[in-house]
Amino acid sequence: MTGDVTAGGSSSTAAGTTGLRVDLRHISKRYGGAHALEDVSVSVAPGEIHALVGENGAGKSTLGKIVAGAVAPDEGEIVLDGRTAGFRSPRDAIREGIALIHQELALAPAMSVLDNVFLGVEPGRHGLVGRGGERRLFRDIATRIGFEQNPAVRVETLRTADQQKVEILRALVRDARLIVMDEPTAALTREEAARLLEITRDLRAQGVTIIYVSHILQDVLALCDTVTVLKDGRHVKTVPVQTETADTLVTAMLGRSLDLVFPTPTPPPADAPVVLSVRNLSLPPAFEGVSFDVRAGEIVGLAGLVGSGRTEIARAVFGADAASGVVEVDGRRLRRRTPRAGIRRGIALLPESRKDEGLVMIRPVNENVTMAHLGVVTRTGVLRRRRERGVVDRVMKSVDARAASQTMPVSALSGGNQQKVAIAKWLVKTPRVLLADEPTRGIDVGAKMAIYELIHELAAQGLGVLLISSELEEVIGLSHRVLVVRGGRIEAEFAGGSVDEETVMRAAFDSASADVAAGGSAA
Amino acid sequence: MNGLVVALRSRTSMHGTLELLREYAIVVCVLALFVTLTLTSDVFLTEVNMKNVLEAVSTYGIVACALTLLLIAGEFDLSVGATFILTGIIAAKLQPDIGTWPALAVGVAAATGVGVFNGIAVAYFRVNSFIATLATSLMVVGLGTKITDGFQLYIEDPSFAVLGNEGVFGVKYAIWILAAFALVAGFVLARTKAGRWIYATGGNPEAARLSGINTRAVKVAAFAFSGFAAGVAGAVLISRTSTAIAGNGIDVVFIAFAAVVVGGTSVLGGRGAVWRTVLGLLFLEFIRNGFNLLEVDPYYQDIIRGGIILVAVAIDSLSRRV
Repeated sequence: MTGDVTAGGSSSTAAGTTGLRVDLRHISKRYGGAHALEDVSVSVAPGEIHALVGENGAGKSTLGKIVAGAVAPDEGEIVLDGRTAGFRSPRDAIREGIALIHQELALAPAMSVLDNVFLGVEPGRHGLVGRGGERRLFRDIATRIGFEQNPAVRVETLRTADQQKVEILRALVRDARLIVMDEPTAALTREEAARLLEITRDLRAQGVTIIYVSHILQDVLALCDTVTVLKDGRHVKTVPVQTETADTLVTAMLGRSLDLVFPTPTPPPADAPVVLSVRNLSLPPAFEGVSFDVRAGEIVGLAGLVGSGRTEIARAVFGADAASGVVEVDGRRLRRRTPRAGIRRGIALLPESRKDEGLVMIRPVNENVTMAHLGVVTRTGVLRRRRERGVVDRVMKSVDARAASQTMPVSALSGGNQQKVAIAKWLVKTPRVLLADEPTRGIDVGAKMAIYELIHELAAQGLGVLLISSELEEVIGLSHRVLVVRGGRIEAEFAGGSVDEETVMRAAFDSASADVAAGGSAA
Repeated sequence: MNGLVVALRSRTSMHGTLELLREYAIVVCVLALFVTLTLTSDVFLTEVNMKNVLEAVSTYGIVACALTLLLIAGEFDLSVGATFILTGIIAAKLQPDIGTWPALAVGVAAATGVGVFNGIAVAYFRVNSFIATLATSLMVVGLGTKITDGFQLYIEDPSFAVLGNEGVFGVKYAIWILAAFALVAGFVLARTKAGRWIYATGGNPEAARLSGINTRAVKVAAFAFSGFAAGVAGAVLISRTSTAIAGNGIDVVFIAFAAVVVGGTSVLGGRGAVWRTVLGLLFLEFIRNGFNLLEVDPYYQDIIRGGIILVAVAIDSLSRRV
């Protein structure tokens, strides 16, 4: 562990970092008329992992970004090691030893891992990059966090989990004494998330202060020392984690108790007809020979690791990608395989990423809601604007989505409300089949509950639902049946509710590494 | 106006300020310029001068209206200038044989064909629209030069000059055509299904496709309209001058593009409006007209207009960065 070639000039050795102490005093931040944060004061002790939790819109991400200089507070001050910091940009924060690791990664995709890590802080004199020095320093810090990829490969070829590690490496190279992690596990699989928690613990052991923004309470309880709960932009409490349970945190976040996380699934009647029938669907190498049925009122879970082919199967059923095989809705085969044809026959796809595939973020709410069913709100191609207002109002209410106005851009809504808009879009005309891919990714507990209930309601109305999720408890808790996808094939089927996570986990891995599966699910 | 009030109330940050600038700067600028010129020049606000302004922007304006739709759909067309010139060359070449109106119609049809060609190259062969239309631009210029053999074509038949020089109700046809383009393009964009398709395709092509929108067809149609508009504008110009010379028409590309972005339509796709482009056209023309009336050196005009475009695009990209 040599720390001789460091970027910022100060020396850092593996265990030699002194974490930053942060005191936030009377921080307020308004977006438009609404308070994102109101008079929040929190102290973060050096070298601790400090969690920020709260519902979406509670202000936890905003507070994290304020600490990292990405957002400027309207009022209040940030005190670092007793000195008032006045940074106006992330760059100023970086100079203070603060790094932000986003939910949306901020790497240069076409550049190599090494270049990304050293971007902007290339060691060496007079701006000349000392390659040898870079490599040595890189090896040191890569060992520290267990990053095993070749530093010469382009970042875009890495998986999300590894890209995130590149971000962490980047922070370490900059001698970060405080790392703000904003929903770091949102895009990771279970085992990747477990690994990230370990890395975070190691960072603490090395003296780095960590602010951990998350909605996954188990992680917070397992990882953090102190937790701050925010609600509606106000500080609720800051307490040692040992004194808390998931239940007490949820109560503090919501102001009400959530004793039941999943609504009890009402099983579909025994004679419920098959609404979606998939036979021998293949799109090598993603998946092959996939066959299954979904009955009216049934929720079928599709579990499996990221990359197992779950998402690709849903996309192919919808018609987004061309695959061979037969897809039938209500017993009638779909001949043309395009999204348009799928929609016409009543298939709805709630895609994995609402930002990239589900919504047009810069366009207003009303346009997004009616986008897939413009025929309902037009006559001979001309918009009927009053009718559109009425339709949008109705479906927004039916999913309990809140927007100040129908004409505000979707990007201005909270994550939970964005997801509700993405669902509302498919309720303009009631579909026969809903393919929901990660319907609750990156949204808070309250909104999750609402979406669970919504999925149940839709099933109760006679829709067939195919549910994909990386959160096993979600798939098991919501579904009537769980199909496990492994290596592009459906390898197992379980009854929902009764099956335990470990069994599904074992099926998701191949038998040879079943031990890994058990280890992963235990973490 | 309601939108303005909401926007004013709900935006406070730096980003919000830029957003507000992008939204309404053009309205304020055009009004300010209009008032200033009315007060400082006796000639500016006269019927003759206003008609001159409109006639001067008519050909560029027709192209700019179509370009607005294309930019919102997320694409760009550098070939409109060359297509504009080619239309005149084809019409002038054919006029002695087939008569004025058929010749102009063939010219416009050929221009539309160039647009469809561009659209197919971009939507189906995934060529970047800058490169695709730069390449077709070169092809079209080559074709024009081949047809004319590098010489100037001149048409003496007085019927050929009707479209560009005459009018009805005291207003030139060119201005009527511009008005028609602005109204139709504006209506399609703001009030029809096709308009929603265009916004969605430019705003997020994948989300649009997964919503059942045929994004390729939308792009081909937008390119075809762009070619068609270049053709109509080219027909007006050839009729006005009766003289065709091969060329790339780069000033058409430049001014039409400038009008679109100065108006506040995003070069990144998904945002914009035709009324913005109309204001952008007036803004640029008021500057030129005003400078002439106030006898400012014409060389400064280009410098200033170039600067204005840079500022407009900078405001657009900065306001998008979130």
